[in-house]
Amino acid sequence: MSVLAKAQPKDLEVLWDNLPQKPGWRTLRRPEVGMVMVRGRAGGTGVRFNLGEMTVTRCTVRLDNGLTGHGYVSGRNKRHAELSAVIDAMMQDPDSREDVRDGVVEPLCKMHDDAQQAAAVKAGATKVDFFTVVRGDD
Amino acid sequence: MSIQTIDASRIEPGFADPVLDAQSVFRSVLAAMAEPGKIGEVEIALKPAGPLNLATSAVCLALADFDTPVWLDPPAAPAADFLRFHCGCPIVDDPADARFAVIAGDLPALPSFAQGSDEYPDTSTTVLFQSDALVPNGEWRLSGPGIRDEARIGIGGLPAGFATAWQQNNALFPRGVDLIITSGRQICCLPRTTIVRN
Repeated sequence: MSVLAKAQPKDLEVLWDNLPQKPGWRTLRRPEVGMVMVRGRAGGTGVRFNLGEMTVTRCTVRLDNGLTGHGYVSGRNKRHAELSAVIDAMMQDPDSREDVRDGVVEPLCKMHDDAQQAAAVKAGATKVDFFTVVRGDD
Repeated sequence: MSIQTIDASRIEPGFADPVLDAQSVFRSVLAAMAEPGKIGEVEIALKPAGPLNLATSAVCLALADFDTPVWLDPPAAPAADFLRFHCGCPIVDDPADARFAVIAGDLPALPSFAQGSDEYPDTSTTVLFQSDALVPNGEWRLSGPGIRDEARIGIGGLPAGFATAWQQNNALFPRGVDLIITSGRQICCLPRTTIVRN
């Protein structure tokens, strides 16, 4: 779900179109936009505090084979939430799991890693190392 | 705080169109509450949830949310996941804590529900009672606000001594519970102001 939620909707759409077999589904809960409070801990260990609210779109679908999938994505892209929910459900099905993992999840994972890598390289190029020259007195 | 998980694999879909369906159902409840004893219908397509009939499912979806604790009697309990998932409403163990009570079995004693206070009579429980039959011109004679002279209605499944229990509910005014009676897609209301005789 983290991979699906972080994916660019247009990347997901392209990979989805390339999937050989797509199940039918109906929505248990149509895609709906709402707000969630994001909470944090200072330094990861401090006391919990409310960082702020973010927009989230969620959707729940039931495939024709009876499996249920949930999708929660940031932003207001309803198609993104619905596709995420369908893929979540397909990942629970032993018959379609391999296709979806190889066709959608792995490529998205790679795109995400590449994007992070590119950002890290770009940031790394501007890194300045500060150091203190040891002074000779004493 | 305990975390309750929902088994989503058996949940039925909710409203096809959450906004328009909820408005339509709200309108039906409003009309039924304004004219006690008149049998109305919920005019939407919906797959009823387990032990709940269509009208009860629809009214719950339209009215219950995270602000309204709901109490389910034991026969209605299998609908808990449906309500938690679609309405996000807390399910409470004590009927006196509930804003809505859903009764799929026998109607419990009315004083077991929240009666509201003189300052906030709106905090009483609204009881959704599933009847096995709602028929016009039955044995109950209703009068009071919203009824020109007298309305007659037949309500199946009410306990013996209901007339007395309802009189005691009337006597609490402005406190007291309101009753929404459903059967299939039919809906009929007995607000706390309605006088019932048989």
